[in-house]
Amino acid sequence: MSMRKVAIVGAGMTKFVRRALETGKELSWQATRQALDSCDLTMDDIEAVCLGTAPDAFDGVHMKGEYLSDGAGAWRKPYMRSYVGGGTGVFVPIQGWYHVASGLFDVVLVVAEEKMSSYYPHAQAAFLTIFDHTTERPLKPNLLWIFALEMNRYMQTYGISKSDIARVAVKNKRNAADHPSALLGDAEITVDDVLNSETLAWPVNRLDVSPVSDGAVAIVLAAEHVAKRITDKPVWIEGVGWNLDTAYWTNRDLAYPRYVEYAARMAYDMAGIKEPRKQIHIVEPYDPFDYKELHHLEGLLLADRGQAPQLVADGITHRDGDMPVCPSGGLLGVGNPIAAAGLMKVAELFWQLREEAGARQVPGQPKRGLAQAWGDLMQVGTVVIVGR
Amino acid sequence: MSDRVAIIGIGWSGFRPISPELSYKELMYEAASRAYNDAGVDPRKDVESFITVAEDFHEGTSIFDEYTPDQLGAVLKPMHTITGDGLHGLATAYMLVKTGQFSIVAVEGHSKASNILTLSGVTAYAQDPVLNRPLRLNTQFVAGMEMNRYLHDTGTTAQQCAEVVVKNRRNALHNPSAPYGADLSIGDVLSGPPLAWPLGTQETAEHSDGAIAFILASEEKALYLSDFPIWVLGIGWSNDSPSLENRNWGVSNSTKDAAFMAYRQAGIASPYQAVDFAEVDDIYAFKELQVLESLGFFRPGEAGPATQEGLTQKEGAFPVNVSGGSLGIGNLLDANGLVRALEIILQLRGEAGPRQLEDVSIGLAQSWRGIPTASDAVAIFSN
Repeated sequence: MSMRKVAIVGAGMTKFVRRALETGKELSWQATRQALDSCDLTMDDIEAVCLGTAPDAFDGVHMKGEYLSDGAGAWRKPYMRSYVGGGTGVFVPIQGWYHVASGLFDVVLVVAEEKMSSYYPHAQAAFLTIFDHTTERPLKPNLLWIFALEMNRYMQTYGISKSDIARVAVKNKRNAADHPSALLGDAEITVDDVLNSETLAWPVNRLDVSPVSDGAVAIVLAAEHVAKRITDKPVWIEGVGWNLDTAYWTNRDLAYPRYVEYAARMAYDMAGIKEPRKQIHIVEPYDPFDYKELHHLEGLLLADRGQAPQLVADGITHRDGDMPVCPSGGLLGVGNPIAAAGLMKVAELFWQLREEAGARQVPGQPKRGLAQAWGDLMQVGTVVIVGR
Repeated sequence: MSDRVAIIGIGWSGFRPISPELSYKELMYEAASRAYNDAGVDPRKDVESFITVAEDFHEGTSIFDEYTPDQLGAVLKPMHTITGDGLHGLATAYMLVKTGQFSIVAVEGHSKASNILTLSGVTAYAQDPVLNRPLRLNTQFVAGMEMNRYLHDTGTTAQQCAEVVVKNRRNALHNPSAPYGADLSIGDVLSGPPLAWPLGTQETAEHSDGAIAFILASEEKALYLSDFPIWVLGIGWSNDSPSLENRNWGVSNSTKDAAFMAYRQAGIASPYQAVDFAEVDDIYAFKELQVLESLGFFRPGEAGPATQEGLTQKEGAFPVNVSGGSLGIGNLLDANGLVRALEIILQLRGEAGPRQLEDVSIGLAQSWRGIPTASDAVAIFSN
């Protein structure tokens, strides 16, 4: 059966900040309003709404999706919230995609929101209850510790140094200096700054990690026949993929994210991509930690295993390199309001492929980009490929 | 090629007030294995995508999505969670099949309500944190107020609401999966303790544990794999305002909108004529009446008298909640919509045993996400 083509026709985002004065509803509406304005639509044109947001524990609101619904414009409309932990930001456009590709809807609004600052004193504590209640919670692990384990495993397996990895943080925070919505852009940052920032959980230093943030992003999706009436520069969703590995993360080899590979292969198949390293021009992999960008480039089959650090060292992944990676500034630079950060990556590809990215614009008229997110217990990969 | 979507496998575990010897993972495993068996599919080879419906606070685990794949056979497969009712999950599976990219999809919903020590405290966290929660009211007040408004607007009586309890709990006596079957009188119901006036405790569903899984397939696969596929004729869902201050209390706009969407897909103009029987939300007895009116089966104020006349009994012209409904089976939290749909499928397959209805070909399932939400879904099936 031939698939209905789905395009992104509009996008908007709030500033990513450490502590927003707006409620989650208001952040959602700000992003929604910008996305609608960007393509001259109103809520009357929207047939259904998809929402992405990470744990209810951040806001302390049960059924957070219901609470946020009117802020996301879902009053008297079909509305659902999808949820794959940190992978949600790149899953929610997939949810929008199947709403349109199924033929049930022609124009769908996709909103991703996160307000982490409500959690006091620090959002990290919301993650204490993500662990298995019998086998893990009694040990009181937190996310930084388990990612430190994964980073260490990655470094040991391939003989990668902390400074190899710190280059990613430097690249992304420098890129973010050109992003008007960024929280941590810094044009002057150096590898030494990263290495000398305080250790949180060895080998993870403070500047290896993206900041806790508040923010929202929205995009508008449309079926082919409608998209061409809305804009002359639609950005097509060419492939989507997602994959969830076992919850027993202690039984897996953390050196390689096979679930990301499986999600990528699904998306490449759908997009008809045979040689991703040649056919993908911009990559926005998930970078909540600097080592994760490298890890994910390998899982996406865009670098050989253990070889991703060399791409950064050679400048290939810089904004003017052969394969720009996180030209937005990524989570490390723009900020990490979990679900919103993932959708920010898709919005960045939308602006880059339409050549509307301003100071962040990647040269050479890129034609195709890939966004990816990751989440749960180092367990889920979500991938969207877009092209013009 | 036609692109209809069918349900080719069903499985469930439960339903019962407590399940101390089983974890939620074991409940899910039982339900899913039965569904795979029923459909004759292998989850590792044949099922292409998986969906669970769950809410973190009901599970007591943040990012509950983490703990869904292992017991469903979904490890290293495209799987995701919808934080919605079971019918939202079903709608998601339906859309995935309709894209043409997936031919067999599994959807699962479960409840381990007996593990929740302070459900009313959890539900209170669903109130608006700025406007409502500081009032420190038990969230059941929303149901009481909504019932009062509904009775006031439509002239429906407390006796008519009690009739729903009597009917559904008697129906449950014929359902081996329903733990709350009872032979009550109207007086028994009305003389029970109040919960949130005018709503009484007897008119409110107790909780149940259990899990349900469905296997959906494209038309081509369904005709190949199944002797009795149950077709999804239409599926709709909608939200009214989440804020208590802004929503319509007398009728359920979200039920109306969801039903309109489902009727449009199914090509149904006169629901009462087209649909043979229904399973609808009855977490609170008055909801069954309110929903039947919002679905267009009765005009406002007419569902109560119709119930009193026996129209919605098993032997009546329009049977409603023959399974026993939530009042008879229990409230399964996020899985409620799948419980409603399960009964429709059993009836359409002719597998409902002592409560089997004769000559049914189209059934409707409706579900509501419970207080304090205004989120509803409707699905219509045929054999």
